[in-house]
Amino acid sequence: MSTALIPLAFLMGLVTYPWRAVPLLVPGMHRLPAQVQLYLRLVGPSVLAALAAVDTFVSVDAARHGTFHVGWEWLAVGLCIAIVAIRRNLFLGLIVAAGMIAILRAVGVASLP
Amino acid sequence: MDAAALAASRRRVAIDALGIAVSAGGFGFVYGLAARSAGFSPLEAGAMSLLVFAGASQFAAVGYVLGGFSWLGVVILTAFINARHVLYGAALAPYLADKPRPLRAVMAHLLTDEAFALTIAHFRRIGRADVPGYWLAAIGSTFIPWNLATLLGVTVGGSIPDPSRFGLDVIFPAAMGGLAVGLIIGRRELVAALSGAVVGVAVSLAWDPAAGIVTGGLVGPLLGMAVGAGGVDEPSREALIAFGTERGGLMRQQGAPVDQDDPERGLP
Repeated sequence: MSTALIPLAFLMGLVTYPWRAVPLLVPGMHRLPAQVQLYLRLVGPSVLAALAAVDTFVSVDAARHGTFHVGWEWLAVGLCIAIVAIRRNLFLGLIVAAGMIAILRAVGVASLP
Repeated sequence: MDAAALAASRRRVAIDALGIAVSAGGFGFVYGLAARSAGFSPLEAGAMSLLVFAGASQFAAVGYVLGGFSWLGVVILTAFINARHVLYGAALAPYLADKPRPLRAVMAHLLTDEAFALTIAHFRRIGRADVPGYWLAAIGSTFIPWNLATLLGVTVGGSIPDPSRFGLDVIFPAAMGGLAVGLIIGRRELVAALSGAVVGVAVSLAWDPAAGIVTGGLVGPLLGMAVGAGGVDEPSREALIAFGTERGGLMRQQGAPVDQDDPERGLP
């Protein structure tokens, strides 16, 4: 069994860890000015929404070029968001979103990615 | 913090973690399939999930390896894609400042998009850090499902039909969107989320998807801060109450004052 890519995995981990660890380990991060704390409070919804939107609306080719894509997926994601907002049930939202896309693909309305 | 409120918030973490575990499992399985098709051995794919533990960069790495990128290029792009994690650590740091450094060092490795979303909501509900709650959010929802599903995908995945037929590819964006909604407690968060999404897509199309996510995450909060504090609008308020994250929810039981625009709200 090949192990040739394990050093690459180690190097990738090595450059990822500092992003996660430095803010948690550097002293004084809890004594930030109020405006900085407000900014950090807004980072969560902003990054998560960016992740959701990019994954839904941007189709990436092998060369990592993005193209705008509007399929049925946005409706499934929107439905999940609505369910979470109204029913506070993420699990149900995910099941409904995946189920909707599976059905639409099975009947040929939505295309496979 | 009374024990009943802490237990209630941990139950909320456990319920939300179940949905995230489905997402991480589905996503990890698809990653295992992709790694297998790119020629990764189970050891190589498993090592990447264990040591990097960052889905988007792992998917990208499969594409890079398949495309014949140099290792230096893969490592640099990985660092760029995962730069957003610095924002998560910074947001959690005020809560974890009094925890032992070795413990924080271990916690850092498990800090993913999903772990952050579950944890920050939990910490805000209870108004302080909760280490067992963090383990539940990080290990239970993501680390175990992601690593097990990776091994499953890379070993037995070849005998299973295309997972996207079952809509598994839509679980990740749906989970991220749903978790973002859980963090919207007022107009500022709403503007930050919407602008983060718009900027993220625009930069992704103009430049690169990884750059889009980071830029959206950085610019969104600035626009959120630019809007007037205002009050919490009704739809957001309903969502907030539903999630039990409103200060007037769990914290009101302790007699804490309600101030939706206090930037230090919920901090220890």
